[in-house]
Amino acid sequence: MQIAGATASVNTMASQVLIKARNLTKRYNHFTAVDHINFEVYKGECVGFLGPNGAGKTTTVRMIYCFSPVTEGELTVAGMNVSTNSREIKRMVGVAPQEDNLDPDFTVLKNLQVYARYFDIPKAEATKRAITLLEFFQLEEKQASAINELSTGMKRRLILARALINQPQILIVDEPTTGLDPQGRHIVWDEIRSLLKQGVTVILTTHYMDEAAALCDRVLIIDNGKIIETGVPQELVKKHVGEDVLEVSYDEDVLKTLKEELPEAHIEIFGDQIRVFMSQPHGVFEHIITKFSGVNMSIRNANLEDVFLKLTGRKLRE
Amino acid sequence: MTTSSTSGLPKLTYHVWTVWRRNFDVFMKTWHVNFLPSLIEPILYLLAFGFGLGTFVTEIEGISYIQWIAPGLVAITVMYGSFFECTYGSFVRMYYQRTFDAIIATPINVEEVIAGELLWGATRATFNSAIVLAVVAAFGLISSPLFLVMLPVAFFGGLLFAALGMCFTALAPNIDFFNYPTFLLITPMFLISNTFIPLATFPSQLQTIALAVLPLTHVADLSRILVVGKVETLGGLSPEWVLILAVFWIAIVTTVLFILAIYLMKRKLIK
Ligand SMILES: Nc1ncnc2c1ncn2[C@@H]1O[C@H](COP(=O)(O)OP(=O)(O)OP(=O)(O)O)[C@@H](O)[C@H]1O
Ligand SMILES: [Mg+2]
Repeated sequence: MQIAGATASVNTMASQVLIKARNLTKRYNHFTAVDHINFEVYKGECVGFLGPNGAGKTTTVRMIYCFSPVTEGELTVAGMNVSTNSREIKRMVGVAPQEDNLDPDFTVLKNLQVYARYFDIPKAEATKRAITLLEFFQLEEKQASAINELSTGMKRRLILARALINQPQILIVDEPTTGLDPQGRHIVWDEIRSLLKQGVTVILTTHYMDEAAALCDRVLIIDNGKIIETGVPQELVKKHVGEDVLEVSYDEDVLKTLKEELPEAHIEIFGDQIRVFMSQPHGVFEHIITKFSGVNMSIRNANLEDVFLKLTGRKLRE
Repeated sequence: MTTSSTSGLPKLTYHVWTVWRRNFDVFMKTWHVNFLPSLIEPILYLLAFGFGLGTFVTEIEGISYIQWIAPGLVAITVMYGSFFECTYGSFVRMYYQRTFDAIIATPINVEEVIAGELLWGATRATFNSAIVLAVVAAFGLISSPLFLVMLPVAFFGGLLFAALGMCFTALAPNIDFFNYPTFLLITPMFLISNTFIPLATFPSQLQTIALAVLPLTHVADLSRILVVGKVETLGGLSPEWVLILAVFWIAIVTTVLFILAIYLMKRKLIK
C-alpha cells in the first residue's frame, strides 16, 4: 500500500546523503552517552543501529528527530540543522519510540486522528489514513478499543501506524519488534520493506540480529557511545567471523586441546558452549570433528550475532 | 528543546491550540462527570455556609452573608479548576502517560505544549466558574449587571493559577509533592483570601500580606465587585485602589508566571 510521501526510485537516490553526523556528542550532565560519532544515512536505505543496552542508540535517534538537543558536533537532516530547523525536520520524520506513549485518554482510532492533528492534517484525510493504517497493521477490529485493552504487540503496531500518519520520508523506529510474536514481527518487517520500496529512508535500532540482517542495507554497531564498526551485514560477517562457526559443548580438556590444535582460531565461551571462529575454517573444522568423535560438536553458518558478540564482548550491560 | 536557545521569550504559534484541543476532547468525552463537582459543590457551600452559618452572621458590609460568600465561591472555583488541572492533571500527562513526549516528536515544540496546557487550565477555570455563576444566579445572589465580565477575569485568573501550578509540576519529583503547595498555599488562600471571611476583619499586616502575595485575594475582590457590586477598604487602600491593584497584580504576575512555567518545564523536559 502507498503510505509514504516519498516516491522516487531507490536507484537514483542511492548516493544522496540525507542525514549527516559529524563529531555528534551527547552528554547528560557529565555522562557522555554519545561520544563524537560520525555517520551518514543515504536516501532510501535502511540503516540499523545495533548495540548493547545503554550503548546510546536511543540517544542518537532522539537527536535525529529533534527530541534531544545536540551537546556538541553537527547533525543535519535533509541539509537542515537539527537545532535550528526542528519543525521542518519533524514534519518529514515519523517516529516510533522505544517506550509506549500512546494516548490512554483516547481510543485506537482517535489516537491516530489526534496525532494527525499535531501535523495539521485535515480531519477527513486523517481518518482516511488512519483506517488504511489500522487495516494494514491488522488493528481495524480494535479501532474503538481503549489503549489499555490492547496487548503489548498491538500497542507496538499502533505506535508504528501512528509514526506513518504524516507520510514521512524518514521513518525512525526504536526497537520496532520488541515484545512482538513471530506473526507481528513479520507484519512489521513487511511494512518496513514496503516503505523502503516506496523510497522511504528507515533508521531502526534493534537487539535482534536476524532483524538487522533481514532489513538493513547497512548497520552501525555502537558501544559505549562510540561507533565501533559499520558495514553491510553479510560483509561484516565475512570480515569478522568468516563463514562457519564450530560449536562445542563446554569441557575443560576439549577447550585446552582446541587451543593447542588451532592456535590461530578465535575461541570464545558462551555459557556452556565453546565457539570457534576461523578465517579459513574449510576442512579444519571437519578434521576436528573426526578427531573428537566422542564430543558433541557441530558446524553452522556464521551470522551477524557472532559479529555483534565478538565486537561488543559477552559482558551483560547495565 | 529544539527551537533555538534556552533563553528568551517562548516561541508560540497556533500549534498551541492543537494541544488545547487534545485536552478539550478528553474533557468532552466525560463532560457530565467534569461538570458535576462544579455544580454540586457551590450548592453545598451556599447551603452550609450561607443558610447555616448565615443565621449567626447576618450581614457583612450591608449584604447578607450568603451573598457575600457567593463571589468568593466563584473565585475559589477559578483557583481550584486551573491549579489542579496543571498540577495533578499535567503531571499525569507528562510523567505517567508520556503525552508530552509524544507531542514533542511532532512539529509542535515543548513551549507550545506547555502553553496549550496553561490555556487549557485557564479554560477549565472559566467553564467551572461559569457553572458556579449559574448556581449563584439561581440562588438569586447576583446583583451587578457586570457579572458576565467575571468570565474573562476567570480566564486570566485561571491562567495565573495554571502557571503557578505548572511551576510546581516542573519542580515536583513525584506526584505526592503536590501536597505541599496544596496545604501550604492553596488551603490558606481558600480560607483567608477574602472568600469566606472578610479580609477587613483580619489585622492590617495580614491584609497587606494577602494583597501583596496571595493571588486569590485579587480574584475574589474582582469577583465581588462584578457579582455583587461591593468591595471594601483593604490594607489601607480605598476600594478603587484595591480594584486597580487587583487588575495590575493579576496581569503582571500572570505574565511572569506564564514565562517562568514554560522556562521551568522546558528545563525539565528537554534532556
Ligand atoms: N535522560 C537521561 N539522563 C541521564 N542519562 C541518560 C538519559 N537517557 C539516557 N541516559 C544514559 O545514556 C546512556 C545511553 O542510553 P540510551 O537510552 O541511548 O541507550 P540504548 O542504546 O538505547 O539502550 P537500550 O538498548 O537499553 O534501549 C545510558 O547509559 C543511559 O543511562
Ligand atoms: Mg534504547
